[in-house]
Amino acid sequence: MAEGKSVIGTQNKKGQTYTDPWYMLHEAPRTPSFFTGSEVIKEAIRRASCDVMIAYPITPQSEAAALIGELFAEGYVGDYFRGESEFAVMSECAGAAFGGARVFTTTAGPGTMRAMENFPMWAGARLPIQMIVTCRGINSPLSIQPDTLEISYLLNTGMLVWHAETAQDFFDWILKGYMVAEEPDVHLPLALCCDGFFVTHTKDVVHLTPADMCLPPYDPYRSPVPCMDMECPPVRMMRDPFVMKSNYISYATHASWQQEVWAAVERSRKHTIHWLNGLIDAENTDADILIVTSGTAVSQGREAIRLLEDEGVRCGLVKVKTLRPWPGDEIREATKHAKHIFVPEFNVTGWLAKEIRATIPNSDRVHAGPHVCGGMTMPPEIIVSEIKTALGMRAMSLAGRGS
Amino acid sequence: MGIRLPNPGEAHINGVIVPEEQAMEEAARQFLMAKVPTIFPGPLVLWAWNEKAAKKATAIRHLYETIKECVQPGQKPMLIPMPDYRPKYPKINPEIEINPNHPNLTIWHNKIDCCMFVGVHCHQANLSLKIIRGGTSCYTIAMCAQAGHEDAMLSFRDATPEKIMRLAEWVRKLKGTVQPRLTSVKSTASN
Repeated sequence: MAEGKSVIGTQNKKGQTYTDPWYMLHEAPRTPSFFTGSEVIKEAIRRASCDVMIAYPITPQSEAAALIGELFAEGYVGDYFRGESEFAVMSECAGAAFGGARVFTTTAGPGTMRAMENFPMWAGARLPIQMIVTCRGINSPLSIQPDTLEISYLLNTGMLVWHAETAQDFFDWILKGYMVAEEPDVHLPLALCCDGFFVTHTKDVVHLTPADMCLPPYDPYRSPVPCMDMECPPVRMMRDPFVMKSNYISYATHASWQQEVWAAVERSRKHTIHWLNGLIDAENTDADILIVTSGTAVSQGREAIRLLEDEGVRCGLVKVKTLRPWPGDEIREATKHAKHIFVPEFNVTGWLAKEIRATIPNSDRVHAGPHVCGGMTMPPEIIVSEIKTALGMRAMSLAGRGS
Repeated sequence: MGIRLPNPGEAHINGVIVPEEQAMEEAARQFLMAKVPTIFPGPLVLWAWNEKAAKKATAIRHLYETIKECVQPGQKPMLIPMPDYRPKYPKINPEIEINPNHPNLTIWHNKIDCCMFVGVHCHQANLSLKIIRGGTSCYTIAMCAQAGHEDAMLSFRDATPEKIMRLAEWVRKLKGTVQPRLTSVKSTASN
């Protein structure tokens, strides 16, 4: 640990071999398995050498949280318990991470909102907690269906924010997420988001790494801040905020502290590019028309591109994998030839389109839409219709679909 | 914010990635040029919490003694610890310590124009380095055990006792070849 002794090649109590993460995720044999997204979360955590998982039921992540309870019973997770509320869960996650544990939790929609105060605290305390966010509507009237509005609230917390498209992304990114988040020059919490139900409750073929291989354990001695120390920041700052004592000290420290958190987000780029093979995936970026989006809207975009090709309309695709760090340079490069950029989103405000508009030159090329929200699905025909209408082409009426 | 940090075997000087040996030479040169070259050892090397820490501490002491031997009359090397990170009220005693929450007080008080952080947790080092950069004209060197520090003007990574000894060797090698800055240091901020 402190002496840098490697555990690679040794076994844990379950007989899993601590494996070099790069080998495990890029070279080890994979087995195709037919799983729901929730089951995939369980399988990723089985291999993640997780010390603590804290659960609280809220649809659509409840099943994943319960399945990890089974892992605990089997002995794959160090400790597991149910918190009193999402706010309590996230506070308890902080305590576990302060103590030097690799921590995992899951939440969704209103749960994310209820716990929100904790997220900038996690980032400011440099706690590399991983939180799965299975996006769900947050507004009244109640919806349990997918809506990505909650992601926009996470973007300015100082957390890393990734947006998975598929269950395969989910499996790989949970494991890779720990590798990025735990780098000493990063050491930030990660919100790994997916669109609830579409990913969590849908079965898909996912290629899993061998179950007898697992990540090396978290080494708290590589943390950029001291482990739980009631006398030293960051714990001291919560116990005894020094704004109570000296404005001068408080302002200088707080300013540099915030800068340092965001600098760490920037420093995560290098590691994220290494592990995720880039912050975006791009196809046919020489086309005049581009769809740029994240999450399951990418899958729907792919289908829309196929339908458009049948009609002789060529369209490229940019899949945004990480929202923090924001792939500004990559998006500028990928969109430099595009005359029309469409951003389909599962939310009413179009936060992703706003981010893209703020990034690229000639931002009037960005068409914020189509939007669906509150849990509506986004059939590819809606994207096709939006594109054709914007281009002045005749689009088929969708009113009669399904009748 | 956010310059690229060096990969293993590299260092950075003012954000430019260079081979480690080049940074060794430059760090030694900066120490020998400075009027008050100072080493700030942090809690990771002040306490013998493992064998490596004890070896590092010995190497740091050796580097300090080497700098003392190699400087010219008028230069005043110092070794000032950062024993912990607690905010100190109403303020620290800058004669005997430096603190990440107001490191500029120690820099100003002792007129330090070149310093090296070693054995400080990365986040606390970066806070200190940011405040020093913003409020003083002190040249900052980081001897980091992890990935290096973008906020230092010169940063090493993967620090080991051997690396610290190598830096001492560079100081010895350059002895007498560097013209010291013996004019008084002007701070960029009023104090």
